[in-house]
Amino acid sequence: MPALARQPARQAALLQHPQAKLVIFGLALLPCAWLVYAAIANQLGANPAEALVRATGDWTLRFLCVVLAVTPLRVVSATPALARFRRMLGLFVYFYAAMHLLSYSWFDMGFDMSDIARDIAKRPFILVGFTSFVLLSALAATSFNRAIRSLGAQRWRTLHKLVYVVAALAILHFFWMRAGKRNFAEVAVYAAVLGALLGWRAVRYLRRQTS
Amino acid sequence: MLIRSDRSVYDHAIPSEITSRSVYEGRRDLLRLMGTGVAGAALAAWASRQALAQPAAATVRPGRLAALQAIRSNVPGASSMEQPTSYKDATSYNNYYEFGTDKSDPAKYAHTLKVAPWTVEIEGLIKRPGRYGIEDLQKLGAQEERIYRMRCVEGWSMVIPWVGYSLGELIRRVEPLGSAKYVEFVTLADPKTMPFIDSTVLNWPYVEGLRMDEAMHPLTLLCFGMYGEVLPNQNGAPVRLVVPWKYGFKSAKSLVKIRFTDQQPNTAWNRAAAREYGFYSNVNPNVDHPRWSQATERRIGEDGLFAKRRKTLMFNGYEPQVGQLYAGMDLKKLF
Repeated sequence: MPALARQPARQAALLQHPQAKLVIFGLALLPCAWLVYAAIANQLGANPAEALVRATGDWTLRFLCVVLAVTPLRVVSATPALARFRRMLGLFVYFYAAMHLLSYSWFDMGFDMSDIARDIAKRPFILVGFTSFVLLSALAATSFNRAIRSLGAQRWRTLHKLVYVVAALAILHFFWMRAGKRNFAEVAVYAAVLGALLGWRAVRYLRRQTS
Repeated sequence: MLIRSDRSVYDHAIPSEITSRSVYEGRRDLLRLMGTGVAGAALAAWASRQALAQPAAATVRPGRLAALQAIRSNVPGASSMEQPTSYKDATSYNNYYEFGTDKSDPAKYAHTLKVAPWTVEIEGLIKRPGRYGIEDLQKLGAQEERIYRMRCVEGWSMVIPWVGYSLGELIRRVEPLGSAKYVEFVTLADPKTMPFIDSTVLNWPYVEGLRMDEAMHPLTLLCFGMYGEVLPNQNGAPVRLVVPWKYGFKSAKSLVKIRFTDQQPNTAWNRAAAREYGFYSNVNPNVDHPRWSQATERRIGEDGLFAKRRKTLMFNGYEPQVGQLYAGMDLKKLF
């Protein structure tokens, strides 16, 4: 076999290694571990509550980009082994989103429901983020094999297309939050990455329709 | 006959700042007790507060910048008893948009600001206009330490030991004409040293303003330092305004011009979003920002992550001193 073809084969073997999932799992937990350490060691700066809320929000967006990159990467690089990480990475999006919501309602709002209600009335972008979280909860709740079987593959796939709505709402949430200072540089980066990943899917869909 | 000075109208003590009669009458005994280490923990708290009442400024210098000697201020309300924010937090969590809109940006980028030589132009409806070098301006009044609460419009607050003198001292010296009703403050806008000045977030230069009586109020500080040293760049070096009963953005940084006018100044934030930032912008828990509540605030550095937000006070707690400036005004309309 020529050397060129052996390379992807070795990669695939690495990705199929029983420990590969564990390694990815550990890596995905690193940001959380760092934040917990930084909170305890007082490394979060002058406003730790704000720093935690923002960092967990950033990591939610980053994992959203990563999980939506799995399929394009798998297809473009012809590496079917990548597919086995998709569910776990998706659940990490949910994990960081839940941490984001928890940081906000606990550290910023002290779990005071009337304060939270008043805050949401004043800051509608929080409602957009919360809607996104509710949709994400539906995806997380139907992520295990029994749910897929009982829904049926077709319905499950339709339901999980909601991730595109989640991505759009997450960008709107971030954009709106940054609108006060008109500081859109980072928003533009995430929007471009997510836009490219969704655009790739749109192109593939249209090509399939025409061919 | 009762002779009232023009300052005495501002003398309204806050009950919490009045030393109780028994403590006052026994003060010498207490000091002796403290000297021998017999005074209990309850008195230690009182003693540390009382130590602040000594003439010399009590703040421990961080040792980063040139010292700026200051005496203790006698201005009512000018010496908050609250725990000052750490120097690190006060110099690394700032809003100074000319250097970027993230609160960590000014500490990273403001080192480019050139603070010497520096002149401040004083002009408009006054008898004695002129240009002042920063050294001369600094010597116009006795430098006092003022420990003020600082409430940002974004919903967080600090306690900062500033150094400066009442702006009123400068104003009296330049002799405003009767027609001068407002004071406008213009800050530096230098594209060469300020990386964010090409952004569209505000119209540069940053302009702030006060009504004449607000500018003359003894609490209004022309500020040259903090924590016993000259101002760090990110905090508005070499000279800034500090108006403790208004949201932080009213306290313009790095002043280059002070202008006396008969027109209410068009302030930078008012021009950017008139519905959100009024000319007065007094701290007021009862008037929300259109996009968030102003009822509470997060005190920076207080009890770490699990600290509850604290209630915001009317005029940032300076109501006894400044409330009468706004008597009869509808503060919901004139926010």
